[in-house]
Formats: sequence, structure tokens, C-alpha cells
Amino acid sequence: MAANLAVEGVKPEQELTAAISVSNLKVRIRTQEILKGIDLDARRGEILSIIGPAGAGKTTFLRCLNRMAELDSDLEISGSVCLYGQPIYGNAMPAAILRRQVGTVFSVPIALPMSVGENLAFGLRLADSNSSGFSERIEAALRAAYLWEEIKDRLNEPARNLSGGQQQRLCLARTLALKPQVLLLDEPCSGLDPISTGKIEEALQELKKDLAILLVTNNVKQAARASDRTAFFLFGELIELAQTEELFTTPRDERTSNYISGRFG
Amino acid sequence: MIDKSKWIGGFFQSLSALACLIIVTMVAIILGNIVIHGAGHISIPFLTRAPEAGMTSGGIFPAIFGTVALVILMTIVVIPLGVATAIYMHEYAPKRSKVVHLVRLAIQNLAGVPAIVFGLFGLGFFIEFVGRGIDRTLYGGRLVYGQPAIIWAALTMALLTLPTVVVATEEALRAIPQSYREVAFSLGATRWQMIRRVVLPQAVGGILTGGILAISRGSGEVAPVMFTGAAYFLPELPTRLNNQFMELGYHVYVMTTQSPDVEATKPILYATVMVLLALTFMLNFTAIMIRAQIRKRLRHGR
Repeated sequence: MAANLAVEGVKPEQELTAAISVSNLKVRIRTQEILKGIDLDARRGEILSIIGPAGAGKTTFLRCLNRMAELDSDLEISGSVCLYGQPIYGNAMPAAILRRQVGTVFSVPIALPMSVGENLAFGLRLADSNSSGFSERIEAALRAAYLWEEIKDRLNEPARNLSGGQQQRLCLARTLALKPQVLLLDEPCSGLDPISTGKIEEALQELKKDLAILLVTNNVKQAARASDRTAFFLFGELIELAQTEELFTTPRDERTSNYISGRFG
Repeated sequence: MIDKSKWIGGFFQSLSALACLIIVTMVAIILGNIVIHGAGHISIPFLTRAPEAGMTSGGIFPAIFGTVALVILMTIVVIPLGVATAIYMHEYAPKRSKVVHLVRLAIQNLAGVPAIVFGLFGLGFFIEFVGRGIDRTLYGGRLVYGQPAIIWAALTMALLTLPTVVVATEEALRAIPQSYREVAFSLGATRWQMIRRVVLPQAVGGILTGGILAISRGSGEVAPVMFTGAAYFLPELPTRLNNQFMELGYHVYVMTTQSPDVEATKPILYATVMVLLALTFMLNFTAIMIRAQIRKRLRHGR
């Protein structure tokens, strides 16, 4: 890792502290191992994309980082995950508190059945019943998600009236309103048109200044153009993790080069 | 070949239409018969006075009042209990939980128990066991709760209608997409916050439908209340939970079987049945209106 830092060499040291550090993370469901011991750091100031064929464990990996995985009681999770040095499993940090700091955007935009404004205020209201200051935070989140100009006059409309691309940016803004430290995106652009995809990618480039972003994507080109580092997962193992440019031009592992050149997966 | 399948299709179409026609005709005959014989006897005094002269004259007001009071008490008990049960089974209990399996089995069996058995259970459990127990510990053995009373009848009726509410609520919970729950969790909701802010507002229509079905069922049943609280004749209205009460369905049963003068009772009997039907309909209608109101309020945001 130190070598990678030196290669890049442009970012100040403190921006690259490990926001999330994962060591020996294993997940199994009954006899099947979904993740076979993952070690990985995600840092503030970068977008780390995770690529790999279906069934590689990408989504399960993300769901371990905000403890959504434990909602499925069949999964056995072991290993350690730390958020800025604090272990997230165990009694020290309640899951609800953790999930405010590690925000998630799902692959399908899921607007809750309420108005646009209520969707945006949903997470804020859970933490704090006093709603003063909500509107500023919501506006900031909408601007960060490149959505403010489009929907600033539509906050009272039902959220399902928005287009798919707008709904996905609404979901992003809804998460950002909580001011998370880490942002997990699980194929956030899989159902979107190129223009909406472009807006989300643009938003992420701005957001990464204050956040660690983990982006799971099935679109290898998206990983290549949007991320700083890329991790390649295969059958529950982390095969290769490198600077994006390096991974796409000179992959060290043969399986990585096969996948990114489209020979399988 | 085509002719034959056309013929079969036509045959089944007429058969199903005939089935519908039979049902409509039966309902029309029953309602018509009741209205023709009963409407003439309905009057303001009939609706506002107590029975007189061994039920051969006078009104049925105590029975109307008793039925409404019974149904309201029953609803107050059965909705929270049924909804809480369904929420536990669907939202809290772990997958493939043995407890949930057992509870579900119990509820399915409860739905199959004959109403008269509920009546006997109410007598044995609520009156003899719970009521007597209260009397022994709080009233030094004086007879206060250890006798038929409207509270015991309402509790027995609540037990009878519990499966309806549980099943309707579970259906409503199942209809809510799992993804809504995931989103709520991902935004930092605790399980209770998720239920309170996402699940319950979505499920309220289904829950109230269960309540409406329970009211329909409860307002027409006689067997569960005949041992547990309904009185043969009572000129006074129930004012306390341990009072007995008159109930329309039971009143119909009493007039049919115990009247000293069958011919004199007949018009009263018809009119009473008509009032019972109208009352059930009105209770239903009120519940449906409340549901529509709540749905409207939810749709326009809280």
C-alpha cells in the first residue's frame, strides 16, 4: 500500500487515512463461504471501486461494512471491520448509529412512499425530533447530488413522481443529508441512462473530498473512469487491489486481465 | 373441434353466471322477507324502549345499546392484541422461529373452533377462573367479577375474532416491499422506528380491514355471549364492566324459543332481526369511513 501512495504522491497524507479497514473478513451461509477472508482499506479522499463477476461477494462485502448483512440471520460473519479505528461489530457501536455514518445507496432507487421532502428528512428525523436546520442540510445534500435545481420546487410531490435517474439522486441526497463519513454504492447506475450516470459520477468526484467512497459496479468502464483504486473480487476472494490505472493497464494477476478484457464473467 | 370447445366454454360461463344468480336471489329473498315482515313494526318507541309484557310488546333499546357496547369493547381489545401479535410474528421473530410456527398453528386452530366452544371457554376461564380469582383476592370472596358480565363477553368475543385481525394484519405486512425496510435501516432506523414510520403507515389500511371483518363477525355471534354476559331480560343499561347486558342476537334467540305467545312476538322478532342487520351494516360502514379517512390523511402526508 505504501508503494501505491508513493506512486500517486499528490495527495496530502491526512486525506488518505483509512476510513474503513477490513481484516480477515469471512462470511458463510451454512456450508458455503461467500467471503473467504478479505483484507482491505478504504480511505477518505478516494473512490475505491469493486469489480468482479456475479457471485463474487461484492454486495455481501458492502453489506458487512454497515452491518446490513446481519439482518439476514443465516449469515455467519467473522473478522474485523473498523471505522476510523473503532470496531463496528460488538456492543460499542449500535448498528443504527453506525449506519448514519456509513451511508448506502442501493442498486435500484427506492424512494419511500412519501413526499420528496419527507424522504430527504427521514434519516434526520430519526436522530433528532427538532427539525430546525433540516432545510439547510437537505438543500446542501440536494446540491451535492446535483438535484437541487431540478426539484427545489417539487419537495411536496410524492417521490415516485420523479424519474428513475432523479429518484436515484434523491436516494443519494437522502443518504448525504446524514453527513456520513463513508458512502457505499451498490451498482448505483445499473438502471440509469448515460446522462443520469454522468451526473452521479460527477457528484461522486466532488463528494470524495470529504468522504471515503466504495463503489461496487458491474460496469468495468465505470470503474476505470470514476475510481482512484480498483479491487477485483472473484469467488469471495480479493484477487487484486491497485491504482485503477495500474490495474487496467498492467494487471498482475491473469484472472484480473481475463475479467477486464471480457474473457469471462 | 372448435364447435365443441365453444360449447364447453359457453356451458361453464352460464354455469358460473347461474351460481351468482342463485346467491343474489337467496340474499334478496332473506332480506326481502325480513323487510316485508319487519319494517312495519319499526318505530321510534320500538327503538328507544325496553321490552314489555314478556316480550310481546315494547322495544329493544337495551339490546341495541348492549350490542354496540359489546362490539366497541371487543374492538378495543382485539385490535391492539391482534396487531401486536402479527407485528411480532412478521417483524421481530427470527426466520423459521419455532415460537412463530406454534403461534401460527394456534391461530389457525382458533379460527376453526366452533363459537359455542368459545362461549364455554369464556365461562370456564374468564368467569370461573379469572373473575372468581379477582373476587377472592380483591373483594374477599364477594361476587363482583365472578359472574357473567359485559367485559367477559367482550373478551370471549375478542378471542373469537382474533384470528381475523392477525391474518389481515399479516397480509398487510407481507404486502410491504422488503426494500422499504432495508432503506429505513440503512438510514439509521432502529427496528421500532422502521415499524413505526414505514411499516405501520403502509399497513394501516389492511389492519383496519381486519378490524371491520372482526366487527362484522362479532356483532352477529350469539353463542360466545350467551353464557358469558348476555341477559335474558334486563330493563337497565349496563353502566359498569361487570354488568350483564342484552344483546340483539341473543334477544332474537330468546324470543324465538322462549316466547309465551308466538304470534304476538313474531312482528317484534322480524323487526329485531332487521335492526340487527342494519346495525351490523352501520358498524361496518363507520369502520370503512374511518379507514378511508385515515388513508386519505396518510396519502397527503403527516
